[in-house]
Amino acid sequence: MKKIFSRTESLCEADTHYCSGCGHGLVHRLVAEAIDELGIREATIGITPVGCAVVAYNYWNFDCVESPHGRCLAIATAIKRLQPQQIVFTYQGDGDLAAIGTAETVHAANRGENLTVIFINNAVYGMTGGQMAPTTLIGQKTATSPEGRNAKNDGLPLKISEMLAGLAGVYSIERVSTDSPKEIFKTKQAIKSAFKNQMENKGFSLVEILSACPTYLGLSPLESMDWIRNTMSKEFPLGKIK
Amino acid sequence: MRNQKPETRNQKILLSGNEAIAKGAIDAGCRFYAGYPITPQNEIIAYMAQHMPEAGGVFIQSESELAAINMVFGALASGARAMTSSSSPGISLMQEGISYIAAAELPAVIINIMRAGPGLGNIWPAQSDYFQAVKSGGHGDYHCLVFAPASVQEAYDLTVLSFELADKYRIPVIILGDGMLGQMMEPVTAEAAEKPQRPQKKIWAATGCKGRKPNVVKSFYLNMGELEQFNLKLQEKYQDIRHREQRYETFNTDDAEIILVAYGMMARLAKKAVESLREKGHKVGLLRPISLWPYPADILKEIISRQPSVRFLVVEMSYGQMLEDVQLTVNGRVKVDFLGRSGGGVPSEEEIINRVRRIAG
Amino acid sequence: MASIKINREKCKGCMLCISVCPKKQIKRDEALNKRGINPVIFLDSGCNGCTLCAVVCPDMAIEVYK
Repeated sequence: MKKIFSRTESLCEADTHYCSGCGHGLVHRLVAEAIDELGIREATIGITPVGCAVVAYNYWNFDCVESPHGRCLAIATAIKRLQPQQIVFTYQGDGDLAAIGTAETVHAANRGENLTVIFINNAVYGMTGGQMAPTTLIGQKTATSPEGRNAKNDGLPLKISEMLAGLAGVYSIERVSTDSPKEIFKTKQAIKSAFKNQMENKGFSLVEILSACPTYLGLSPLESMDWIRNTMSKEFPLGKIK
Repeated sequence: MRNQKPETRNQKILLSGNEAIAKGAIDAGCRFYAGYPITPQNEIIAYMAQHMPEAGGVFIQSESELAAINMVFGALASGARAMTSSSSPGISLMQEGISYIAAAELPAVIINIMRAGPGLGNIWPAQSDYFQAVKSGGHGDYHCLVFAPASVQEAYDLTVLSFELADKYRIPVIILGDGMLGQMMEPVTAEAAEKPQRPQKKIWAATGCKGRKPNVVKSFYLNMGELEQFNLKLQEKYQDIRHREQRYETFNTDDAEIILVAYGMMARLAKKAVESLREKGHKVGLLRPISLWPYPADILKEIISRQPSVRFLVVEMSYGQMLEDVQLTVNGRVKVDFLGRSGGGVPSEEEIINRVRRIAG
Repeated sequence: MASIKINREKCKGCMLCISVCPKKQIKRDEALNKRGINPVIFLDSGCNGCTLCAVVCPDMAIEVYK
């Protein structure tokens, strides 16, 4: 029998530190698979965020730069401008991209930087212990919305992808999910085409990936998948946004 | 924008401090600039907007100084020579980024054309960001090399030197100018323009792992003891720099009873005062620090051991910041007096002369 | 016939693979692994090599052979 599914070259052998059922580990693999299928490992530079995925470079087998919280797209802009022939992507959480890094995100998108953005939306801050994120749902309990997020005090879940879609500089934005094999295949394709867009100089391509944080949703991995499918994707509808 | 005549060998060209710094950077092989408009350094960003693309480099006006310093981080991580510039409030926004740059050992060049503060302050010159630059305004134990030019020519030369030393030590370098230096114009010989700069390839940069193991540019050390080891390595580097890179100028200090200590534009005024006082028979001299970090402590100690009855008068456009480094070095062995104005006020030659007379008694 | 190889030490017991296996070929292993959690175990009695288990595994703990 032939091995038909195994780790690809851009993913390291090392165990990850992620919690059981966490979406990061899964998406790391999808990114690695996409890069290897496109044959661009040796030309790729990844920018890692501050958040649970800060040490993603321990799990990827290509050059990486670790960014201060929120500044991935400023760093990526400079690297891509100086090395246009290389493939530059950022991997960011909802706090990194849509809270502290909002200005960098909006302006990199508005400049139409030819970059690939992998945006993990898991509706909480994981690394710091489950606080409210810009994408936390109304009523969702977190360490900083103990009674559940309420619109008056905390505003509504931030639709950064829809917001960015309005910018002329943006080439493509797609929202996908990891709540089932079917959705994971779509996520893989979305990631791959976002990289392909960059290879073909199409411009700013962002993939928003609804992902599970079982630990701070207070759910099992399986229940987290259901929560994404039945609750979260109602607030953050899947599909091509631009 | 004045359009520049084509430069010819060793010809002097009239430039403002800001333009001289920008030209020095490009002549030194800087090929990435990101910045944000703020008076009194707008001529730097304007110069870069025009000349950086001509030099085949990247110019970006960013959405904030916060983004600018992080773009410089990315450029440095790519192995390029890179620079940003701003003025006091903008430099405050950059402090986090500078700490990360120091921790990732990236060779940044950062220009602060100081203005009067605190807060929005105004656009008059000042030296009230000394602590921020020399004691490091960001988090963690780190240092930047800090230079203080006192002429437009020196601003050009120190900018070129900054790129060399930044690469040599993999350390951020700050040039502290002020609104006066930035705006005034003096003739400049642009020597670096004649010598093509070929900065060496940075093997640690993030350029794609073809033919090598992947590089990671980072500052996160989570495992027990790892960060402490890294800090010890940084401290060793700083100790080495303290020994090798102290720069200063002395003027009439050999037989001086009172020595003024002043840097940057303040030193020019102090020097005029020394000349006037010398004409009237006062044994007065000037020590002008050129490197503010590492502080030129060795020459201070040398002077004290040679002339134990000497007194120092520190003159600053602040309420006493470099003063503390002089006091730390002198450690009470001789008297240290202070004359300072800030908020746009500039100690005049006359005020310096009167103070010296009063000290001389 | 097809089969999978589970790296029981890498497995963090999230059980997602069990939920997607169309042939019910994976179940919880009562014996703990080095992490002190119950990993999953392959029953090897009818796997069709569809790879869904490996696709959902967040920890690259499953290899598939066909």
